[in-house]
Amino acid sequence: MSETQALESMIGEEYKYGFSTDIEYEEFPKGINEDIIRELSARKEEPEWMLEFRLKAYRAWTEMEEPDWFNAEYEKPKFDTLQYYSAPKNKPKLDSLDDVDPKIRETYDKLGIPLEEQKALSGVAVDAVFDSVSVFTSFKEKLAEAGVIFCSISEAIKNHPELVKKYMGSVVPARDNFYAALNSAVFSDGSFCYVPKDTICPMELSTYFRINNMNSGQFERTLIIAEDNSHVSYLEGCTAPMYDEHQLHAAVVELVAMDNAEIKYSTIQNWYAGDEDGKGGIYNFVTKRGACRGKNSKISWTQLETGSAVTLKYPSVILQGDGSIGEFYSVAVTTKRQQADTGTKMIHLGKNTKSTIISKGISAGHSNNSYRGEVKIGKGADGARNYSVCDSMLIGQTCGAHTFPYISSQNPTASVEHEASTSRVGEEQIFYLMQRGISEQDAISMIINGFVKEVLKELPLEFATEANALLDVKLEGSVG
Amino acid sequence: MLEIKNLHASVEGEDEQILKGVNLTINKGEIHAIMGPNGSGKSTLAKVVSGHPEYEITEGEILFEGEDITELDADERAHLGMFLAFQYPIEVPGITNRTLLRESYNTIARENDREELDPLEFDDYLKERLEVIDMKDSFLERSINTGFSGGEKKKNEVFQMAVLNPKLAFMDETDSGLDIDALKIVSDGINKIAGPENAIVLITHYQRLLNYITPDYVHVMMNGKIVKSAGKELALELEDQGYEKLEKEFSLNGEAQ
Repeated sequence: MSETQALESMIGEEYKYGFSTDIEYEEFPKGINEDIIRELSARKEEPEWMLEFRLKAYRAWTEMEEPDWFNAEYEKPKFDTLQYYSAPKNKPKLDSLDDVDPKIRETYDKLGIPLEEQKALSGVAVDAVFDSVSVFTSFKEKLAEAGVIFCSISEAIKNHPELVKKYMGSVVPARDNFYAALNSAVFSDGSFCYVPKDTICPMELSTYFRINNMNSGQFERTLIIAEDNSHVSYLEGCTAPMYDEHQLHAAVVELVAMDNAEIKYSTIQNWYAGDEDGKGGIYNFVTKRGACRGKNSKISWTQLETGSAVTLKYPSVILQGDGSIGEFYSVAVTTKRQQADTGTKMIHLGKNTKSTIISKGISAGHSNNSYRGEVKIGKGADGARNYSVCDSMLIGQTCGAHTFPYISSQNPTASVEHEASTSRVGEEQIFYLMQRGISEQDAISMIINGFVKEVLKELPLEFATEANALLDVKLEGSVG
Repeated sequence: MLEIKNLHASVEGEDEQILKGVNLTINKGEIHAIMGPNGSGKSTLAKVVSGHPEYEITEGEILFEGEDITELDADERAHLGMFLAFQYPIEVPGITNRTLLRESYNTIARENDREELDPLEFDDYLKERLEVIDMKDSFLERSINTGFSGGEKKKNEVFQMAVLNPKLAFMDETDSGLDIDALKIVSDGINKIAGPENAIVLITHYQRLLNYITPDYVHVMMNGKIVKSAGKELALELEDQGYEKLEKEFSLNGEAQ
């Protein structure tokens, strides 16, 4: 197989999560206005303060401009024709797996999500969000024993209003940006996790997001709070059916870490990326931010981004507590016509704060892959340190890779280090390995795996294999 | 073992011929040296024989153990027992020498219906082979050629050859960029590997390598052809007189540019 053919067959790899599930949906009008938000809040039986939060956000949103500074070109989402709430009609009771609509369960089975008891042995607690509502949260009891609250955000609003009220919007304010404001107004569901003082969460927590309904946007909201001396590791996975229309996913994730607490947040994002010509696919416009409020706290983002037609996403850490640590490990893969503008922000405010950024971009096909990162050292951040590495790998001649690092320091005792490299998976590298007897496909897979190893080793062990397999499938036949 | 007949080759898609009718026969147990000025086609010959996709064979054939290999991919040629020690060994970050060699060794074994080695057996085997080139264990855990000095890269090529034990090895300027100590170690390694069952082709600019490794034949390549072949004394002659005399002789025949 010639290298170009190999490249093409890899890019042509079919998206295996592209099926859709035929289920009945609760009817909900399209478009957005205050009445729709009231209706949404009412259907979710929310308290008054939540509705107020939404309306305030909506009013802010109407006054905001949609940003366009990204290194990506796309048709803007049509906010008036979007459906802002979508829920399967047979809304499941949350107590038992048997109550989940069999069709939804079938969907999750196809996706290989461990809702079942047997898989439960692997020790992963799962919250599954189907379109807008949380379908099932497994392991609730075991977690409750440890004092950990893990439930859908809708339940948290009902059952733990004091926590939600205190923290929601405290890291990503409703007016933070256009998409965060929209999310704050119409978010439908998402995950909530609270780890009390001196508690190590006994298992990996995991949420799977699935967009099924063709016209719905998905606006989920995740809030994770780790109190003093606690530890939690959380993983989200995402897939969607293949539709010709673009679907919007505008999530907000907020993390709060108190003294000595550690939050590890991992993402395997495999939303539908659109076809060869860029038709269809998910717009992934997500605001993710963590606040290291406590001393010596640590927040670490690890992401493997392989899907979406357009990704605009900058998981960030605000390093407030002295000695706190922020980490960002990212692999972003783009093929076909995908566009990704992704990176991180590390805001150093506390003394002796440390941040590490390791970003690996792989572009193939006609895709465009940009790293955009900001490191900001505040006046009071004595002894702050940052280390950044941004490596890009190009596969073929028709893709692009860009790096936009922004660094600003107001403290002379801080040290900031930035390294960047761009390489091409070249004929020479492949020839070298093939000359040693290794097949072309294996050679490509070795080169890519070697390139991203530093990041993938940060993923929880249970998911590292999945991540490797996903990369191989995604890039199969793409280099050459 | 290897028969190259009237081999013409160009860079794929370009008209200009780089190899213009190379003839060369190599038998088991022989060591050949190919010398010649820059741009004469020595490295291209090594790459074309190894199946580099950048080159197109426009005429002639390459037979390995009687089989025409011109249509085979590089990995298939490696499975037959062909090896190329690269002039500029390629860096592959994130993959250790050990991983590459185990993959390579076992793939070649599998293709030849030989038994594969499990990781522990392979580890013992690697340790034994490290002695050929006088390298430390820690070398195995480093990413392939990444951050290696020029000398280390060249040693690594010889080490890989020692592990894979090919029937025929082309060594493309393995001596260039080596200091005298490294040159001795590398030559010593090549001498240990050379035996009655394999054949080695040394591509070099300098006679000094041939002070340590004694070739059975020396060939001179010019303008895409082998213009002269003789015994080891030819290398000394070249060292003495340079390529100029040959070039003149050659151009008198009206074939040089």
